[in-house]
Amino acid sequence: MNFNLQNPDLKATREGYGVGLLAAGLKNSNVVALTADLTESTKATAFKTKFPNRFFNLGVAEQNMISVAAGLALCNKIPFASSFAVFSPGRSWEQIRLCVCYQQANVKIVGTHAGVTTGPDGATHQALEDIAITRCLPNLIVISPCDYYQAIKATLAAAEHQGPVYLRLFRDKTAVITSASTEFTLGKAQIFRKGTDITIVSTGPLTYQALLAEESLQKENISSEIINLHTIKPLDLATILKSVQKTHCLVTVEEHQIMGGVGSAVVEALAQAYAAPVTEMIGIKDTFGESGTAAELLVKYHLDAPSIVKAAKKVLSRKRRL
Amino acid sequence: MFTGQLDLNQLKLKAKEIRIDLIKMLNKAGSGHTAGPLGMADILTVLYFSVLNHDPKNPGWPERDRLILSNGHICPLLYAALAHAGYFRKEELMTLRRLGSRLQGHPSRLDLPGLETSSGPLAQGISQAVGFALAAKIDKQHHHIFCLMGDGELDEGQVWEAFMFASKEKLGNLIAIIDRNQIQLDGTTEEIMPLEPLKDKLASFNWQVLEIDGHNLEEIMVTLMQAKVPTDKPVAVIAHTIPGKGVSFMECKSAWHGIVPDEAQTQLALKELEQL
Repeated sequence: MNFNLQNPDLKATREGYGVGLLAAGLKNSNVVALTADLTESTKATAFKTKFPNRFFNLGVAEQNMISVAAGLALCNKIPFASSFAVFSPGRSWEQIRLCVCYQQANVKIVGTHAGVTTGPDGATHQALEDIAITRCLPNLIVISPCDYYQAIKATLAAAEHQGPVYLRLFRDKTAVITSASTEFTLGKAQIFRKGTDITIVSTGPLTYQALLAEESLQKENISSEIINLHTIKPLDLATILKSVQKTHCLVTVEEHQIMGGVGSAVVEALAQAYAAPVTEMIGIKDTFGESGTAAELLVKYHLDAPSIVKAAKKVLSRKRRL
Repeated sequence: MFTGQLDLNQLKLKAKEIRIDLIKMLNKAGSGHTAGPLGMADILTVLYFSVLNHDPKNPGWPERDRLILSNGHICPLLYAALAHAGYFRKEELMTLRRLGSRLQGHPSRLDLPGLETSSGPLAQGISQAVGFALAAKIDKQHHHIFCLMGDGELDEGQVWEAFMFASKEKLGNLIAIIDRNQIQLDGTTEEIMPLEPLKDKLASFNWQVLEIDGHNLEEIMVTLMQAKVPTDKPVAVIAHTIPGKGVSFMECKSAWHGIVPDEAQTQLALKELEQL
């Protein structure tokens, strides 16, 4: 795959959702959209304008929003219910558990403003635990697209999928890595770069940082395999396993607590299938975020390319010592 | 299509049969909730045997009225009503709460035809009912959505979120029936979280509010049929009931909210119910 890493276009994954939602609505008249007073922030405005009778604003009431969505789904609608990830799946978690997952209601839960890169709003609005609390729910698919185009495809795939979906999206304009024609298959991890020394599994817009790290490492003759994990659940163990059986060396990258997130998911699956390789986890290390610009926060919380490079070298030296 | 529209005498007999089955089911199960089911038995009987438009042989009939149980813990009553209405065989009632049973401790939609939703955690049923009512409105359908609720349930904030939204969307096809039995798990509602003035609260949320004696079969029937008349307001029916109704030593005691009768109590209860 070719990546324009030096000067990429910048578009937000939440914008991709807005485009995908409209397209899904045009394709299927059963698609409806709900929000909890966050129409523009979650980019549902275009859908609202086009389909005013299929758009519902439930006000600042996330629990009701999710359960109402479930009711709509049980009546053959395909509801996309959006809010900030801290509020939904945060505040609405139990409703997701019962109304959506236990009943297998065809609801698509959309959480935007995930991660520290939500920025100046600060810790209260930066969801760092939403992967942990969703991937543990039975029947729920969890997707975190890496860029704008992938977000469009993920939204369309969510609409097609029969069953609950959680879609994790970000506020910030981030690097466009893929294109409109890049393949996307729900549940299939993507190898963005082939390599032999180390496996780097990343999710969401941080995959761009992983690609930058790969270039740096390449300059030092370290060959990294970059896997973009857009579908966190169900986990594509086969692809990851094949990679680590080759490299025996793993860095996981996520804008999320390392406890319970993608790193945990990968390592827990690997440990049961094979043996967990020497691993470093890039992610939030059991703290909350804070106000700042996205760029500053990526540096401060060690989520950027140089941090990934450092983690890669650390884990490589451990591998060599074994 | 009704399952057989029963007259008042037949309804009275049916409610008695359902109460008797309830006591037997709960004793056999060894755990569950007693006061709520006994208290709401008259209303469920009127619903399934007079007011609801439904077809037990076709639980998915698109034009059916929907009944959603938001206070999911009183599901033994719903199961009994469904069985008596012909959704499944009455023998199955004795499997309540057992491993592998379709009659789960709290309603599991996927397990049992006739259940519209899963519920248990309070306030989620009413929100789902709002979703049902909204879908019907979008699709220009004319069936009604009934949602049974507990009064203790009204403590949950989500309930009021649902009430506000239902009013906003003018869901005149939605009828909430609140079991105003004045008890919740830890004591009376007015001790734990006072609800009065309840009628005023509901009216201030722009719902049409009706009140009934939850044990007067004729009043229940007439009021629920009245509630079906479409307006642009959702309807709340405050049903004054006696928790544990029908068994003298169970009536009006919050202790009977979450326990079931033992062998001796079961025999006493059945003896009283047979006299009804």
